[in-house]
Amino acid sequence: MSVNKIKVTVNNKVFEEEIDSRLLLVDFIRENLGLTGTHVGCDTTNCGACTVLLDGKPVKSCTVFALQANGKSITTIEGLSHGKEMHPIQKAFLDKNGLQCGYCTAGMIMIAHWLIRKNPEATRDEIREAISGNLCRCTGYDSIVDSIQEASQNMIPEEEEDITAGQRGR
Amino acid sequence: MYPQSFEYVAPRTLKEAVEFLRKHEGEAKILAGGQSLIPILKMRFASFGYLVDIGGLQDLHYIKRDRDSIRIGSLARTSEIEESQDIRMNALMLAEAASQVADSQVRNMGTVGGNCVHGDPGNDLPSVMLALDAIYKVTGPSGTRDIPASEFYVDSYSTGLGEAEILTEIVIPVIQHGSGGAYIKQRRRAGDFSIAAVAAFVSINESGNCGVARLAVTSIGPINFRSKKAEEFLTGKKLSDQNIATAAQLLVDSVEPVADPYGSVEFKKEILRLVGIEALSKATDRALGV
Repeated sequence: MSVNKIKVTVNNKVFEEEIDSRLLLVDFIRENLGLTGTHVGCDTTNCGACTVLLDGKPVKSCTVFALQANGKSITTIEGLSHGKEMHPIQKAFLDKNGLQCGYCTAGMIMIAHWLIRKNPEATRDEIREAISGNLCRCTGYDSIVDSIQEASQNMIPEEEEDITAGQRGR
Repeated sequence: MYPQSFEYVAPRTLKEAVEFLRKHEGEAKILAGGQSLIPILKMRFASFGYLVDIGGLQDLHYIKRDRDSIRIGSLARTSEIEESQDIRMNALMLAEAASQVADSQVRNMGTVGGNCVHGDPGNDLPSVMLALDAIYKVTGPSGTRDIPASEFYVDSYSTGLGEAEILTEIVIPVIQHGSGGAYIKQRRRAGDFSIAAVAAFVSINESGNCGVARLAVTSIGPINFRSKKAEEFLTGKKLSDQNIATAAQLLVDSVEPVADPYGSVEFKKEILRLVGIEALSKATDRALGV
């Protein structure tokens, strides 16, 4: 085992650890930090259940070494809600039945967060294109697209910038 | 799934990276975005003693526009190519291809350099680089040299890049008025590699005929390659529907696809013919400003 130091900001908290060089980012988040909202689905870069934001942009954390995130900022699903108050995207998924089993949901919400910041007026086709790297085997996607569209009307992108910058102070 | 153990190094300068690669030739592999390499390591198709993470070399992370060319640092992300206004305005086919690579997440992490040097014939950007006659600038122990994309691809996963060399920059000429390019990709499902894809570039000469034609192919055969036969046929001719169809047929006649889960030999040939026609027609329309 080759041990290396890593320092990352996750959901606005700084973590410093010594890790094996081959530790995957998703396992660092789940096992080392105990943030199990991010899921491992396929483990082969297909399903998107492991999607997190790396410096504000969605990546598949099963296909990133934790060390590649050294010095960077990560946002996971746990970083979106305000305590027990759900984030507007989470609320929209609840209101519009955007999930059934829920396994893909964290990944869907993270990619939706990026899409809405980038393109608050995304059309249904643009939403489908954006989530093409996220698989859902329950819903047939229609209700997920509904949820993201609903969320785009309730989320204020400017208020979200500080979440992904890792500077939210609370 | 986990790769075999490796030592991780993150050099702070290009020089340091090259020096490390020289010292550990044969044992070290460059890690950029990792979107091709990490799956290969995880499936244990390959393993290396050292991974040299060049992700921190910010000097290699840029997209610049000169008068006649666009210079892309090898660490520019695929998504940055897709979104760059400079590229959309001056080399649209490259943005078009970048936007069809895998999915948003992979494009945010994967680099242009990685896509081009990996040597996977299913990768999209090498075909565009061939059609645009790009130059790859590489740095190694004995300095810097230029490799034309047209001389870069040797065999699957085998390229002109030396063991201790790093691709630093890709230079592509700006697409001039009277020229046009297009990238057409056919795939079964979102995110798949293509069954076949074609990058086409054409210019119109003073007599209204084809001045230059470059036609490069993805996913058919061991490397991304140009079809000289189809290009020679088109040069000097009118870019009519009929001539485009003949060129696409010449392209198909020059390949020997292998049957695999993406399709039978006949199916792949037919898809290639159709994407060839579409790419050439779209490139022609763009050259004519239609």
